[in-house]
Amino acid sequence: MSEVREIDYTGSERLTMNMGPQHPSAHGVFRAILTLEGEKIVAVDAVIGYLHRCHEKLAETLAYVQYPSIASKTDYVAAMASELAYVMAAEKIGQFEVPKRAQYLRVAVNELQRVASHLLWLGTWCLDMGGALGGGTSVFLYCIREREQILDLFESLVGARLLYGFHQVGGVRYDIPTGWVEQCRTTMDLIEQRLGEYESMLHDNAFFEMRTRGIGVISSQLAQDVGVCGPLLRASGVKYDLRRNAPYSSYEDFEFAVPVETEGDCHARYRVRMVEFRESIRIVRQVLDGLPEGPISSRPGVKSLAQVKVPKGEAYARVEGPRGEVGCYLVADGTNKPYRMKWRGASFSNLAVLPHIIPGVTVADVVAIMGSVDPVFGEVDR
Amino acid sequence: MTSDRARALLSQITGLTVADGGPAVTVHVPTEQLASVAAFVKETIGCAFFAFSTAIDHKADGLETVAYVENLDDNITVVLRAKLGAGNICCPSLVPVYRGANWMERETYDMFGVQFEGHPDLRRILLSDDWDGHPLLKSYAVDTPYPPYR
Repeated sequence: MSEVREIDYTGSERLTMNMGPQHPSAHGVFRAILTLEGEKIVAVDAVIGYLHRCHEKLAETLAYVQYPSIASKTDYVAAMASELAYVMAAEKIGQFEVPKRAQYLRVAVNELQRVASHLLWLGTWCLDMGGALGGGTSVFLYCIREREQILDLFESLVGARLLYGFHQVGGVRYDIPTGWVEQCRTTMDLIEQRLGEYESMLHDNAFFEMRTRGIGVISSQLAQDVGVCGPLLRASGVKYDLRRNAPYSSYEDFEFAVPVETEGDCHARYRVRMVEFRESIRIVRQVLDGLPEGPISSRPGVKSLAQVKVPKGEAYARVEGPRGEVGCYLVADGTNKPYRMKWRGASFSNLAVLPHIIPGVTVADVVAIMGSVDPVFGEVDR
Repeated sequence: MTSDRARALLSQITGLTVADGGPAVTVHVPTEQLASVAAFVKETIGCAFFAFSTAIDHKADGLETVAYVENLDDNITVVLRAKLGAGNICCPSLVPVYRGANWMERETYDMFGVQFEGHPDLRRILLSDDWDGHPLLKSYAVDTPYPPYR
């Protein structure tokens, strides 16, 4: 019989633990080098860059007509948002008109994308906290099931399910096919009903509450200082939404609420996103009701690389993506390619808050916090 | 606070020329004044939100750093631009003023080689530590293999 030995732990010894880069809760490739004192994390070094594909250098070598479909690969979970930011920046410098119908279609796809992206967030987050949620795979599978329906809508609109190339400078590339509006309405009704089902699985669930309430608190001051944006910023008590504060693409035509919570913890971020689901569905319905007739682009379809030339100048265009402010800073030199392009990835700034909030929590909390931040590493590393 | 008031205050207090027009308040700052102007913009104009910072390579004219900060309550955007001058790669860090500048400046260092003075942790962020050169410089050729090309 082996001897049972007691380990003398005085609490002063530190342990360095490596988490990732292939950790399931990272939702991509993220490495956190954690320094632990017992269960408690006292320091963290966040290592990113595993998914760097030199987007910014690439953009300097690709024409304005080529890059939008590459832009979708920055945030591949919400491809519509980054495409829109890029073409809006080019339109801003060149002062290209965008027809009303194209603006409405842009709003519709971006709101559908927000619902799809939030579904993936909710599903994977609950999967991360799996053990606490009776397996956790139920919420995940339900969310993926509903997300598929939105991807079906994109497929019949664009022909692709993940990376679209839907936007082009001056408008959009595809008009809606026959029967799309009805299919979209049915999907929205279904998802709205299913949202209540997810909430009934999570609401008052003691494990869910314990894993999320009071965990990973971001103060409104820290959030602004670091540049945290989107649902995280609103969960920290700052009422700021680009769709409301700096409307673009006719967002001023639609009625929607901007949810704000003051706690700044994981549960507050959950509540903000659950309201955003419903508000996005509301906006999609308003677009379908009021979709104007007319052309979908002010410029002809793409035939040559030199077709779009942007005059000398620079612009910063930003859109409210599912994860927050997706910005594209473009410097043009009058040719058909940008001189310099900078992505302001929402996930990059959101992730930069981790070193400020992780020290003091346990390893299990890191998983809950990572999920609630909802980073997409394509956008962090670009 | 409005954008016009911010423009007036900025040129009055800092003595710098503030560009007219446009929704954003753009100010060209000499590098030695960058930190103090940033602190003024944060405290007095209320731009607490750090959107992003980056650099532009103007080839013979040298590098220029750009930082976007915002006042979210009053919808004011202030753009702080600083020309480093030909051949100069040193720039004061904004980390003491905005904590968000930490990762952004690490990225700018990684891509352009800008040495931010006063940055607490200036090392590469996206590329690996043994990477040669700074890829977003215009002098960095894309078609020549750089070690460790992988």
